[in-house]
Amino acid sequence: MEERVLKNKNIKIAVASGKGGTGKTLLSTSLFSVLNKIYDNVYLVDCDAEEPNSGIFFNKSVINQQIVTQKVPVIDTDFCTFCGRCHDYCAYNAIFILPPAKIIKVIDELCHGCGACTVACNDNAIIEKDYELGMVTEFLLKNSSGKLIEARMKVGVMSPVNVIKDALKIAGNSGIILYDSPPGTSCPFIQTVTNADFVVLITEPTPFGLSDLKQSVETLKTMSKNYGVVINRAGLGDSKIYEYLESNNIPLLLEIPYNREIAVHYSKAEIAAEYMPDFKEKLIEMFEMIYKEYGNSSN
Amino acid sequence: MKVAITSTGNSLESKIDPRFGRCAYFVIYDTETKVSEFVENPNKNASNGAGPASVQLVADKGAKKIVSGEFGMKIKSILDSLSIQMIVMKDPQKSVQSIIDMLKQ
Repeated sequence: MEERVLKNKNIKIAVASGKGGTGKTLLSTSLFSVLNKIYDNVYLVDCDAEEPNSGIFFNKSVINQQIVTQKVPVIDTDFCTFCGRCHDYCAYNAIFILPPAKIIKVIDELCHGCGACTVACNDNAIIEKDYELGMVTEFLLKNSSGKLIEARMKVGVMSPVNVIKDALKIAGNSGIILYDSPPGTSCPFIQTVTNADFVVLITEPTPFGLSDLKQSVETLKTMSKNYGVVINRAGLGDSKIYEYLESNNIPLLLEIPYNREIAVHYSKAEIAAEYMPDFKEKLIEMFEMIYKEYGNSSN
Repeated sequence: MKVAITSTGNSLESKIDPRFGRCAYFVIYDTETKVSEFVENPNKNASNGAGPASVQLVADKGAKKIVSGEFGMKIKSILDSLSIQMIVMKDPQKSVQSIIDMLKQ
């Protein structure tokens, strides 16, 4: 009976941080590895599409690959009257027009695919073509039902948001889904955490860590998201971050010590928690705590 | 012929602006009439596509050459198709006047 209940856990947890290099991938790959050994249907979505690297920690095989595209306009100069409406409608300066010289060009890299130019054109001069933005790859982990879903944008594309969106769609809503978020607090971060039931913000006890944590917290507040904080490299830096958490009533979920052993495992693409029972136990405890509060069972 | 020079200010003593798309001012200098026109760059703080929008501005003004410190990737093909020549000036201490003097020679 126990096992049946466990099989139906549904929760989406984003692991995010303002500052880069604070341990998003360390935490999300560790959680994924540990939970995958306990539960069925555990998924890790690597949303850091600009440089996805969660995959290097796992023995896996590709089961599906999907190219992500967006529509960009193609202007037929036989129909174009060089009125400039498409250029005026474009919020991204993606249409270049010189009416006297009868020159009009679309700068594909700047286009966000919003379609405003097509609406603006009264001369039926705009058709749309597919422009490749990146790829979403699904991997099945060896000897388990766990899946890794990787968003990878094409080099030179302006924004990873559409690739992240497709990866989230493919991951769906059922099972235990972990999102390894991109750094920062801009659109890629917002796209990733929008879907999450709970956001784990991982940071470090340094002035930079605190400054960027504050930005992340402010962003999540405006989104009315539930969140808690993990402090990585605990023991480093100062106590200001603890004071901040306390005075703002932000839950401290876990402290990961500033420990050489973790770094050594990580540098060999090993899951440190699998070698450190204490760490593993704490991760499971943290997950159960989050699940109890924010998860929902389909039972 | 008209030449666009990116400038940090609106006088001939101003230094060259090392950035093209997001420069403070464009100086449109006419080599025949010797007249300089200062145009404030509306794309200075554009969130996207400052380069192409600035090409559009200087091309509208009829410039055939642009002098700046740096040019971005996205505008190279546009400038080629418009036969506008890019001149890279790596010395940020150069004033607009001294560049105009060089153009006169």
